[in-house]
Amino acid sequence: MTKSSFKKAFKDSLPIMAGYLALGMGFGVLLQSKGYSFWWAIFMSITMFAGSGQYAGADFMASGASLLTTAFMTLIINCRHFFYGVSLLDKYRGTGIVKPYLIFGLTDETYSITATTTLEDGIDPKKYYFFLTALNHSYWITGCTLGAVLGMFLPFSSEGVDFAMTALFIVIMTEQWLSSENHLPAILGASTTVLCLVIFGAEYFIVPSLCLISAEMVIFRKRLDKTTDEVDNNE
Amino acid sequence: MNELYPLLQVLIMAAVIAFTRFLPFLAFPEGRKRPKIITYLGGVLPYAIIGMLVVYCFKGVSVFSYPYGLPELIAGAFVVGVHVWLRNTLISVFGGVAVYMLLVQLVF
Repeated sequence: MTKSSFKKAFKDSLPIMAGYLALGMGFGVLLQSKGYSFWWAIFMSITMFAGSGQYAGADFMASGASLLTTAFMTLIINCRHFFYGVSLLDKYRGTGIVKPYLIFGLTDETYSITATTTLEDGIDPKKYYFFLTALNHSYWITGCTLGAVLGMFLPFSSEGVDFAMTALFIVIMTEQWLSSENHLPAILGASTTVLCLVIFGAEYFIVPSLCLISAEMVIFRKRLDKTTDEVDNNE
Repeated sequence: MNELYPLLQVLIMAAVIAFTRFLPFLAFPEGRKRPKIITYLGGVLPYAIIGMLVVYCFKGVSVFSYPYGLPELIAGAFVVGVHVWLRNTLISVFGGVAVYMLLVQLVF
């Protein structure tokens, strides 16, 4: 049972292995280009385990952002995780001793697998989720470390490497667009953010954007919620 | 370089990230009923938030001065095109970075 759980986790993790090595290396090179040794890349990839959070973190470190700004911006960038957890409450129920690690390692990519995969008989969900999370974590640490080590010997300029984060989000958005029928959330999310960027400026637009987007989602609930018909309106 | 300050920054970021991941599991513990609106938002918001994050990445681009955001636009369109074509995250991301690096280092 342990073996088949590991085998499935490994198979499902292969696309993430590729993505994490590439994005992790991008991060390692970026961090190294800002003057931080590879020990920082190892430390950050172990303790933070977050793509966009670490990319943005490299900027906060290089610019010497205040601790309050660092904490607040990290919260803003990562508060989407809250909603990932919300949709995994049932799947991660009863995973016992490994549950804290599963939650700690709940990245976009791990979420995209665990939230969508169906586990056949003979596979222990607890072991499967643990192996998947730990494998992804190990790829991420490896990628970040490699990038930071190799970055020192890169014979070319690394200007533009940070586009990896933009490219990843564009890929996720494209993937969601192709795999869902209702594009209203994606359209509202992007257009509302553009609006807030124009109104509030580049420094302060994220929080108003998130609040507005959430409000819009509630307003359009009847159109967006597939379970609306069964929902009683007592809330 | 002062090593203590970035160390503090990393520890704070790690704690905040862990907080965002643990919060829903702490707020809605096993075996307790939760509001349906939470379940609904959990399903629908990630789509909207990814749209927000794409815009977030372009926030520093100035469209009214040279190069008018052209490298971002071209590389971004390349990523979408290649991803619709191949549906391979690695190729889309790596290819997009290569195109963008080429554009900002050699073309613009």
